[in-house]
Amino acid sequence: MCEMSILQPPPAKYGGRHTVTLIPGDGIGPELLNHVREVFRFSCVPVDFEVVHVNSAVETEDDISNAITAIRRNGVALKGNIETKHTMPPSVKSRNSVLRTSLDLYANVMHCQSLPGVQTRHKNIDIMIIRENTEGEYSSLEHESVSGVVESLKIITRNNSLRIADYAFRLAREKGRRRVTAVHKANIMKLADGLFLQCCREVASGYPDITFDSMIVDNTTMQLVSKPQQFDVMVMPNLYGNVVSNVCAGLVGGPGLVPGANYGRDYAVFETATRNTGKSIANKNIANPTAVLLASCMMLDHLKLYDYASLIRNAVLTTMNETRLHTADIGGQGTTSEVVQSVMRIIQIKIFN
Amino acid sequence: HEKNVSLFFNCQVSRVVGTLLKDNPQPRTFIRGIQTVTLIPGDGIGPEISSAVMKIFEAAQAPIKWEKRNVTAIQGPGGKWMIPPDAKESMDRNKIGLKGPLNTPIAAGHPSMNLLLRKTFDLYANVRPCVSIEGYKTPYTDVNLVTIRENTEGEYSGIEHVIVDGVVQSIKLITEQASQRIAEYAFEYARNNQRASVTAVHKANIMRMSDGLFLRKCREAAEKHKDVKFTEMYLDTVCLNMVQDPTQFDVLVMPNLYGDILSDLCAGLIGGLGVTPSGNIGTNGVAIFESVHGTAPDIAGKDMANPTALLLSAVMMLRHMGLHGHAKKIEAACFDTIREKKVVTKDLGGNSKCSEFTDAICQRVKDMD
Repeated sequence: MCEMSILQPPPAKYGGRHTVTLIPGDGIGPELLNHVREVFRFSCVPVDFEVVHVNSAVETEDDISNAITAIRRNGVALKGNIETKHTMPPSVKSRNSVLRTSLDLYANVMHCQSLPGVQTRHKNIDIMIIRENTEGEYSSLEHESVSGVVESLKIITRNNSLRIADYAFRLAREKGRRRVTAVHKANIMKLADGLFLQCCREVASGYPDITFDSMIVDNTTMQLVSKPQQFDVMVMPNLYGNVVSNVCAGLVGGPGLVPGANYGRDYAVFETATRNTGKSIANKNIANPTAVLLASCMMLDHLKLYDYASLIRNAVLTTMNETRLHTADIGGQGTTSEVVQSVMRIIQIKIFN
Repeated sequence: HEKNVSLFFNCQVSRVVGTLLKDNPQPRTFIRGIQTVTLIPGDGIGPEISSAVMKIFEAAQAPIKWEKRNVTAIQGPGGKWMIPPDAKESMDRNKIGLKGPLNTPIAAGHPSMNLLLRKTFDLYANVRPCVSIEGYKTPYTDVNLVTIRENTEGEYSGIEHVIVDGVVQSIKLITEQASQRIAEYAFEYARNNQRASVTAVHKANIMRMSDGLFLRKCREAAEKHKDVKFTEMYLDTVCLNMVQDPTQFDVLVMPNLYGDILSDLCAGLIGGLGVTPSGNIGTNGVAIFESVHGTAPDIAGKDMANPTALLLSAVMMLRHMGLHGHAKKIEAACFDTIREKKVVTKDLGGNSKCSEFTDAICQRVKDMD
């Protein structure tokens, strides 16, 4: 789906088969990723998964280091969300965050599109959200300077801001998008968000064919819930990205529908866009596999296995929009396995035609 | 068996006491007479909507006397910017204020007026009740929640540095004291306004120490207010669920930045800043209620403004003062007028003037007596 000229997928191994790191994570991650493997096996996708487990209950960093090494080796990963337990001391950072920063996966890309088969309050939404993924408020630099006073540092750098703005504009141009909106709070955080905004403007001047504007984050959320159709491509620092991507995911139907991708210069990791563990619905066969399946299709596109990607994506969207087999989160009564069976049935029909 | 019986008895007693407390929640007692309130009309459409509110209050015979003041910053001795001393004196005396929209001129040299007011009166809590307005249709119906935002610290501490060229650091400050204060206020508010639950909104999975501290203080306050249900939710989950089903939320308490974003998100759900009330609670019993929309200079003086936001903020003020009867009357008159859609301003879907809209509400209020 996303072909940026600076990022080349790793070359195929023996017999044209790729190896991809798979991190099951917690909650609904393991069961949904199992379904992905099932669908891949059924469709004879030339991808082998190297499974790396990360135990969120231990304090040591060994598991996540192993996962990172595996991703460095394979270049591509598909992951579930790893829980951050609050009972751990604050020195234990979010494992997902560590993974993103260690591999320098600087761009989080999410494409929110209204699906015809899903009932939502707003229609015709088509927004691409590009979120800076490594710095900003997620720097994890905190200290207690005086007892009872905690400082948390938000870091914005010129390099990373230019990099993400550049990514956003190139993606916009490649996809034929007309407008890029930068989301910020520079009226309050004059230096930090001011720097981000300035970098966006600098990059924008190099793309005269694309309109650039900016909007303050609180106004953005207000506009999103009243008129989301006005937005095209949005670029923003880390925390606002978190808010805006969750709002947009909610607008198109919920966390079970939207896939997300994290791109760096050398690596790419695919997951659901809203990164939920879904602990309360784990192992009940009610989770929506759409987001994870679509994320795996994004991964296949990245590996240049376009035909397999289209095959699976088509099957998922047909199940969603035509067969209308929906799980509980979007108002249906189907189970996870029923949806997956339907997907595989459609693939089977396609293959044998 | 005896232990079970006494336990059962204790439960019953506490339940009865709890019910009694719920029926008489107001800790504030105001003298049964005329209460003076500092009125800050503001700029742009401020004066017109303030007059509208005064007119409606007169029609409702609310026991309020207005004391108008101007808060445009002046430079005191030593060059420090401050609000005019007569305005400060009036607020300190009256404790309750109603404010219209204020201009923040860009090159005036002084900080934002809202910021100055906040610092002068230590307005630590920003409270925004968001209730769907029947008659003003939005894609979301049945919204009924309150956002309580810590208003003094957090990400808006204003402490920023350039570390080296091209690297900027912005400091988010969370203190035990401020977090405790806002958490306690949230539970008090829930108790006083018959709200069932309080949800703390945070990102303690990423900001382990800062939001962790905030969360701890919320948990402590929850322990002291066991009659109110307490839950905690990640900011992203709140955003996700809010746009799908806002009815699941009741009172939300959070630090500054999340509060800013979420309170505007919720305002968007019910129709925007033109219909959203807001109140700022400070130490020493000071409370300033305000409309949060802009000064709308393009329609100022043309009798086109919509006074709903300021009116609903004034109603919030009446409730805060314990004048529930008048509050209910005025609020009902306002909602009924909007629901009927016959005499409403342009932004509400009609084409009446501000004065006509005001008169319609006044008439309804009088008819209720």
